[in-house]
Amino acid sequence: MIPAPFTYLRPDTLGAAVAALAADEEAKALAGGQSLIPLLRFRLAAPTTVVDLSGAEGLRGVREEGGAVRIGALTTHHEVARDPLVAEHCALLAMAARTVADPAVRHRGTLGGSLAHADPAADLPAAALALDAEMEVEGPDGARTVPAAEFFSDYLTTALEPGEVLAAVRVPKRTGWSFHYEKFSRTAQAWAIVGVAAAVRHRDGRVAEARIALANMGTVPVRAHEAEQACRDASGPEELRGAGALAGRAGSPPGDLHGGADYRRHLAGVLAGRALAEVVRS
Amino acid sequence: MPDIRVTVDGVRYDDQVEARRLLVHHLRRLGKVGTPVGCDTSNCGACTVLMDGASVKSCTVLAVQADGAEIDTVEGMAADGRWHPLQTAFHRRHALQCGYCTPGMLMAAADLLRDNPAPSEDEVRGGLEGNLCRCTGYANIVAAVLDAAAEMRTPVGGGTA
Repeated sequence: MIPAPFTYLRPDTLGAAVAALAADEEAKALAGGQSLIPLLRFRLAAPTTVVDLSGAEGLRGVREEGGAVRIGALTTHHEVARDPLVAEHCALLAMAARTVADPAVRHRGTLGGSLAHADPAADLPAAALALDAEMEVEGPDGARTVPAAEFFSDYLTTALEPGEVLAAVRVPKRTGWSFHYEKFSRTAQAWAIVGVAAAVRHRDGRVAEARIALANMGTVPVRAHEAEQACRDASGPEELRGAGALAGRAGSPPGDLHGGADYRRHLAGVLAGRALAEVVRS
Repeated sequence: MPDIRVTVDGVRYDDQVEARRLLVHHLRRLGKVGTPVGCDTSNCGACTVLMDGASVKSCTVLAVQADGAEIDTVEGMAADGRWHPLQTAFHRRHALQCGYCTPGMLMAAADLLRDNPAPSEDEVRGGLEGNLCRCTGYANIVAAVLDAAAEMRTPVGGGTA
């Protein structure tokens, strides 16, 4: 289908983009467009103004900033997947980015776009939550920072207020941690039925600390706190799988044509166990 | 209406377009009908083209986003009347039946081989992940891409061409 008509703006600064978004209640920000353009085409969204962020300077690229890696919101999945700083300090993000959709979508889709769109089945929100990332937000009233745990508020809804733009994502460097992203989907390029993002600090094959976040186990990405506690000091595939199984108790998973809530709970437990075993083995 | 300048298969086109026009529709209006509209849901990949060298689904790009970009479509693949090695391999390996997915498959494969000239079978399948074929079962497509990759690594005619 053809989208409904809209006014298209491509401001060359972030400030001008914020002003344009604030000036029209029905305006939408466009990053890579891999979620927004399908919605426009199906006319599930019909904004009166589309503000293309691609012209605004400083929204793309990865750099070190003290104890964190700062990733511009318009950095594509393809770039995140291959970035050396991401690989060194927060590889979980790259692992998740590599599983998003397909190569053509990864060439256009952006980290910031995925996080701001906040689809509960998306891979990157869960990875951002597991990594305790912070969102740098620019708005009409200035800049503010929102931790990932407070950013995702509901189905396709974030803490971004009207007129605010997600400018960058700051991910704390996790030296000595290992990561794994485990995703289950029924077909190639499909969304996760359940995804598990695991960050683990381990010594001598034993878990010292774990952060586990789940995709598609509720309206927002959720932490698997019980599994995180249970896997402390665990070692060996059996113990790790047992601890991981508790991930099935987290969240309130949806039931849909891909599987019921019970199935998702089972799947989350199995996948978390696999993810933990994989991390500790690596 | 925004003015855009897009280079398609080496030819520059200056146009005024509605902001809502999709790149795939723009290409077809320019007469570049080698790129079909497939599923129109960002799933099938039939409309895949290269935008500044990287594969994109042209139904999921606005024409205005392509302002200033270089687009390569399947129509520009053959050069000087000679098929591209991927086209030859698709023909030889029967990598198509109805042919609807073929332009997108060829462009996705070209993108993959540019990045990885010697892919494994698994890497070929990963590289074609966003491109659906309802006829072939993929086996011959994968075989064709592997053939083309081998041929592109070896100079034609053992280096005498």
